[in-house]
Amino acid sequence: MPSDLRDARIVIVGASLAGLRAAETLREEGFAGSLTVVGDEPRPPYDRPPLSKQVLIGDVPAEATALPMRRDPDAEWRLGVAATGLDLLEKRVMLADGESLSYDRLLIATGTRARPWPNPEEGALQGVFTLRTIDDATGLAEALAAGPRRVLVIGAGFTGSEIASACRERGLDVTVAERGPAPLVGALGGTLSRLATLMHRGHGVDLRCGVTVTALHGDGNGRFTGADLSDGTRVEADVCVVALGAVRNVEWLAESGLAAGRRGVACDAGCQAFNMYGIVINDVFVAGDVSRFPHPLFGYQMLSLEHWGNAVAQAEVAAHNMLNPGPLQRPHLTIPTFWSTQFGLNIKSVGVPTYSDHVVIAQGSLEASRLAMVYGYRGRVTAAVTVDMGKALDYYRHLIETAAEFPPPPGAADRAIAADIPIPSDVPDPKGLSHEPVVALTGYLPDRRLMVVQPAG
Amino acid sequence: MDSETLLSRITDYANRPNPYPLYAELREAGPVVRQADGSYLVGTYHHIGALLHDPRMSADERVRTTPPPPEKIRDPSFLRLDDPEHHRLRTLAMRPFGPPHTPGRVNAMRGEIARITTELLEALPTDRQIDIVDDFAYPLPVTVICRLLGVPREDEPRFRVWADALVAAADVRPDEDTIAQDEAGRRAGNEMSQYLLDLAEQRRGEPTDDMLSAFVNEPDRSLRLTPEELTATATLLLIAGHETTVNLITNGVLTLLRHPEQLDLLRREPHLLPQAVEELLRYEPPVHMRERTPLADIEVAGTTIPAGTSVVLALASGNRDPKQFHEPDRFDPTRRDVEHLSFGSGIHLCFGGPLARIEADTALGALLPRLGAARLVQDPPPYRQNAMLRGPRHLPVQL
Repeated sequence: MPSDLRDARIVIVGASLAGLRAAETLREEGFAGSLTVVGDEPRPPYDRPPLSKQVLIGDVPAEATALPMRRDPDAEWRLGVAATGLDLLEKRVMLADGESLSYDRLLIATGTRARPWPNPEEGALQGVFTLRTIDDATGLAEALAAGPRRVLVIGAGFTGSEIASACRERGLDVTVAERGPAPLVGALGGTLSRLATLMHRGHGVDLRCGVTVTALHGDGNGRFTGADLSDGTRVEADVCVVALGAVRNVEWLAESGLAAGRRGVACDAGCQAFNMYGIVINDVFVAGDVSRFPHPLFGYQMLSLEHWGNAVAQAEVAAHNMLNPGPLQRPHLTIPTFWSTQFGLNIKSVGVPTYSDHVVIAQGSLEASRLAMVYGYRGRVTAAVTVDMGKALDYYRHLIETAAEFPPPPGAADRAIAADIPIPSDVPDPKGLSHEPVVALTGYLPDRRLMVVQPAG
Repeated sequence: MDSETLLSRITDYANRPNPYPLYAELREAGPVVRQADGSYLVGTYHHIGALLHDPRMSADERVRTTPPPPEKIRDPSFLRLDDPEHHRLRTLAMRPFGPPHTPGRVNAMRGEIARITTELLEALPTDRQIDIVDDFAYPLPVTVICRLLGVPREDEPRFRVWADALVAAADVRPDEDTIAQDEAGRRAGNEMSQYLLDLAEQRRGEPTDDMLSAFVNEPDRSLRLTPEELTATATLLLIAGHETTVNLITNGVLTLLRHPEQLDLLRREPHLLPQAVEELLRYEPPVHMRERTPLADIEVAGTTIPAGTSVVLALASGNRDPKQFHEPDRFDPTRRDVEHLSFGSGIHLCFGGPLARIEADTALGALLPRLGAARLVQDPPPYRQNAMLRGPRHLPVQL
């Protein structure tokens, strides 16, 4: 590490998973300077995946989800105060309490928040929840434990589906309203979304697809009582969970000149932020849910991911690069992965399922609710999703990393007979893909996590 | 010498005390090395890992182009089956053993394992040198697995004979005539099956707190093992449950006595023990090789292995691959990221791993205070015949 960096001032904005892992990595890599971590929540970093699972079924109190620290990052924690602005020229982060922090290196890891119900008055009704923070989870878990007559979940993505699953596990009646044709269709495509539909219905969820919620109603005393749906029906319920995805926390960067927008803060493969002209800002880095970064395996498209594993991996790369000059910097090439548990099923994904045109069931079957679905785009493997078959994931990760031919080679022991013919993946077209990458992926050795140059011709 | 004879040389008993130079030769010869008998040998970490995860690789010996003769094949346990049968049987075997249905079972045995360990240590002879194998490393896991399965401890001598015969029959010996071993193995298998079946039958309706009871008293019909499945599963658990752990504990003592400075470190800082056990699993693994068979022609590092060919994965060689481990031939209990291959990987990942770790931890932890002044009487010690499940037959030690 250059000596000027060893004693530099580093500020991390965002005190969740990515912020914590970056702080730990900085110290692991020998950073001896001053480190400040800013977080708008008043509590130390905690883990979010259990909030929509173990916490809602009452197995674990929400407060018990603190993230274990790998080492003491020896940081000054500025918790309970939001960052409100960034001055790239003066190298300063402005805080909500009127103070400001100067930095030599800045990491932006402000993540996302739950998308609120668009009508604030309706969203403020007692009994209406979103789910992102410990406080959200505590409130919702209490509301579920009180035994409501019915729960309405708006949105059947992963969070909505996990909430519905937790409700059924608690024996609660639950209605799920989803605008799309099936649960999880946006993330996993048509075939698996049909399995998701069966799982919801098989577990007694009142699943309504192709509908939107048009209004939430209260009882006149500010308490939620039910909702109107676009098909003219009405759902009577005591609890409503708004699970409409996430909003990226970029508002504080609006005047900064960074390329920060609805889909996150753009950065290069080394986690260095772009400004609005696409020029790399050397001393500002981005990691976690709030970032958008180019990935060579997915056509150098800018990916923005809300994955636990991405937050960890990207924070580690960002921290390394914050301390090292260009030639020693590393790219963030991790293959995206995520997991979910719902209705007794374990769903794991590797790659980018939406970056696909065809799918094939490579192992298992829909009937057995145990399978490996492989996704391909223009003849190469780009993703795989397993249902109760997580141990198979490593093999498919390798196929993705090596840009293997799609469909994958036959011969798997538990390959379904009917699965040899790829069928359309039935996911929305990857938007914004107007050209093929001009730089092809060559010589990336996945087992060594290295890039080597292979001369053309 | 030629790399086509590597497997023969590895299995040659003369090389049992130290096969590691042969593994180095294997890695040097390439990721995939064809053997004179037509089989393939794989010794590099990443290629072994990839093949253990490859759904086209079968664990079922019946899919080989030259399958074992029918009279040699017994009801295969899930260790030698592919999905979906493997998954169903493994899941049923897991139900009374581990998560999600019985998450606390293994951890709850810590106290009992510690008690058995103490008893064994107190009974160690003081008037002569001890044999770590016979006096300690063998009886501990046997007692534990008997307790877990529900096999009376006094029947141990009977199934020790069966287990020895079964393990001998399961060995890889490319150039040898194995008819006698095979026959003995088959006979032992039949006798053991009948014994376990009788035992399980006694528990029907009268469950005691053990796995055999759980198997025969499962209320859900669809989750019951057939008699053939039950005996295959119980035999597997009984053998896998102790053959390997004996070697793990014995190799542990041997390795520590060969590395006095590391032994001192562990005596000073016993909290390093779990990490040391992991390193031990890497450095001197109980299971050296596993066999697989491709269901289709598959390409590995530029070599096409034809469907139906036997592929031997040298796990112990992968554990010493310098592309994965820094200075792999150094035993370093403080090593980080010890992601060894010793429990396999992929769908057949050893589900007894957590139990083996607790046993090794407890056994070595209890022995540590006595090892300070201990001395190896014979180095290398006499080894067991088996090249796949490698370990000393005796380990004489002067305490």
